[in-house]
Amino acid sequence: MSVRDDIAARMPGGDAGLIVATLATAYILYVLAGVVLGYDLRGQLNSLATLTFYIGVFAMLSLALNLHWGYTGLFNIGIVGFMAVGVYVMALVSKPLYVAGGAAQVGGLGLPLIVGIIAGMVAAALLGFVVALPALRLRADYLAIVTIAMSEIVRFSFLSGELQQFQLLGTRVGFGGGSGLILDFVPPLEALFRSVGLWGVYLGFVDATKVIVPTNPKPVVDGLIYGLLLLAGVTVFFWLLKRTGESPFGRVLKAIREDEDVANALGKDTDRFKIKSFMLGCALMGLAGILWLMPQGAVTPNFFRPRVTFFIWIALIIGGAGSNTGSVLGGATFAALLYQGPRYFQNLVTTVLPNLDSPPGFGQAVGPLISQLDPVPFLLYTIDSIRQLQLVVMGLVLIWLMHNRPEGLLGHRKETASVISLSRPKAAAAATDGGSADGDVQTDGGVDVADSNGGVDDE
Amino acid sequence: MGIAETYSRGREFAIERPFALVLGVIAAYLLGDLLLGLVTGQTQFADIGSLVWDGLMRGLVIGLAGIGLSMTYSILNFANFSHGDYITAGAFSGWSTTYLLAGLGRADIGALVLVGAGGSVYGGTLGIGMLSTPLAVIAGIVVAGGFTILLSLAVDRTIFKPIRDEGGITLLITSIGVAFALRYLMQFVFGSDVRGTTAQPPSVGLYLVDGTVFIDAHDITLLVIASGLMLGVHLLLQRTKLGKAMRAMADNEDLARITGIPTERVVRSTWIIGGGLTGIAGYMFILWKGTLGFNDGWLLLLLIFAAVILGGIGSIYGAITGGLVIGLTASMSVLWIPSAFARAAAFVVMIVILLVKPSGLFSGRSTA
Repeated sequence: MSVRDDIAARMPGGDAGLIVATLATAYILYVLAGVVLGYDLRGQLNSLATLTFYIGVFAMLSLALNLHWGYTGLFNIGIVGFMAVGVYVMALVSKPLYVAGGAAQVGGLGLPLIVGIIAGMVAAALLGFVVALPALRLRADYLAIVTIAMSEIVRFSFLSGELQQFQLLGTRVGFGGGSGLILDFVPPLEALFRSVGLWGVYLGFVDATKVIVPTNPKPVVDGLIYGLLLLAGVTVFFWLLKRTGESPFGRVLKAIREDEDVANALGKDTDRFKIKSFMLGCALMGLAGILWLMPQGAVTPNFFRPRVTFFIWIALIIGGAGSNTGSVLGGATFAALLYQGPRYFQNLVTTVLPNLDSPPGFGQAVGPLISQLDPVPFLLYTIDSIRQLQLVVMGLVLIWLMHNRPEGLLGHRKETASVISLSRPKAAAAATDGGSADGDVQTDGGVDVADSNGGVDDE
Repeated sequence: MGIAETYSRGREFAIERPFALVLGVIAAYLLGDLLLGLVTGQTQFADIGSLVWDGLMRGLVIGLAGIGLSMTYSILNFANFSHGDYITAGAFSGWSTTYLLAGLGRADIGALVLVGAGGSVYGGTLGIGMLSTPLAVIAGIVVAGGFTILLSLAVDRTIFKPIRDEGGITLLITSIGVAFALRYLMQFVFGSDVRGTTAQPPSVGLYLVDGTVFIDAHDITLLVIASGLMLGVHLLLQRTKLGKAMRAMADNEDLARITGIPTERVVRSTWIIGGGLTGIAGYMFILWKGTLGFNDGWLLLLLIFAAVILGGIGSIYGAITGGLVIGLTASMSVLWIPSAFARAAAFVVMIVILLVKPSGLFSGRSTA
């Protein structure tokens, strides 16, 4: 169909090779940018750790969204609400008990981190159940409106003063309100290594890295190890979703996506399947939210604005809904190019051109352009407000994708609902360029043949 | 009709529609709680009066903006998430005009055009208001409507038209992209600060049982303009050929095209009517509440969706009624729950309607 698919086919190692190649490209670009920025080794390692972190969280979230949208066809645009509930419930359970005079205004239940994480996932799944109940039987766009309304309700609730602090099981707990919540539990890495009895070994390893990073290597090593753990988490998500997708349960989900009435007619209780799939995805979103915010030290409700949901949707659409490989690739591409990229570009420009004061507002920026045809202040203002323009660019990218490649970068890779491949044997398939079972010549950009193609070459 | 029959019918009702029964009980409880508060003097009649008036005003804005959303929803078959940012765009364009006319010669033109970005000039200092600077306000209303019409036509031509035949979800995702691009473009130009736009308007106090309810000049302006426009849309849809064509298209687009209705022209008219009303709603919203920020339209959008779903997608009377119900809910919920949850209460009303009557209050009466 396109060059891109040929690349995927010729790539050594198939899809895994494609993912590795994409990641490698991103890392090389970032190292080159770091060289231009004059980073020392510490700076380089830090920037790679940050990149890995965002690739990890976005890949996980788009995998979870893929279960909703790509597999089951549930249009969830309230992702951020499930993340928020996951994080806040985890904090409530795992924060240490309240001590008067401490830094934290409120305490938690003081249970181990792992209990908190499970509680957060369960809470996110339960919220998913409550949301799904009224909306699943209705049209897809109703679910969209209900989920986004829910995510805003969650944000306003955590912002409100009423939930700032309250008594639970005789101890003072709360969600901190608008000023945020300090996550003062044991750092996740320490908790993880202590639980397997390797904390001493880890500290020894950190000491050993002094050869590379002489002063205070711990934050750098922590960042890198956490990033690697997130990538391991992505692998687990991937494996879980692949298993789910290939199971009889997953085949029913895909059947629902293609035609719910048919699935119903075949005796499947589609509502039940949809609710289960929705809850599983919500739990994974809660987990991804926890993993995103756990190492940050604090959390405020306004982090959970709908724009984060929008990020994840772009990541999924870049990769192509319906494909797990695509989700990971989309998450990585989004994190490297659209999310972190503009900030790096801003850093690059300010390093190359230091000591330039950008105008404080649009008026002062555009004034010289009109009166003296002097574009410099305008360009400086543009660079300075790159974080807002980044969202404009993302919006335009989304529009462009929907116009030109609604099936994502990798082309049609939606998994079929059937067990056996519906595509023609390899030779014929090559002739019609991945032609479908009913003999349609596939057109680039058509969506109607999605279900009859891609059964063999995906994952 | 014996007692037994009434009893069995009651039991059937309880079994068939348990949600409705539970809702009835909750509504009765809330009403009882309110009456008890009134009798014991904990709640004052005047407070309730103020909240009702506030909810009515909010409802008019939501209803006015909801008409446009409802029309595009039923005729183009997609939930337009960029509608909220059309509201903001209308508000910024209109207020830019108002600032310019009201403050010309008294402040820097750039600062006026950018609606006082970064605190360079304040609406209160310029003395903006319906009674103090009527021409500037009226010009602002006209520009807000006109600019939003142009914006929605341009977006439709470049972005929505090429994918008109795709499914509703494709268009919905695209409209989210449009929403973010517009919103942050406006933040880029106008800055992210929330500015006060009007001077304190004169108001009259109406005596109500045990206190006063204040009604100011901007409330009256909103009431007059919103009801005038709503009446105008009603006449347009009922009395003209265009209205009939729109109803036909909302019912079945293919059939409409076969019978010779120029569907693209109807779509354009839809955007013109919807866009104009939306822009004016945005301007009036800011005039009424007195502050302007780049997020205002987006925050209002979810309430508008609630109103449109409540009223039944495609029905303009539904949008108006839904708007009033949602506005009143958002304002009056503070009688029972903390004010931080007022917005949440409006969404809960929407979810409840989805449960009990998913097609909305005015279902099946497309665009009229």
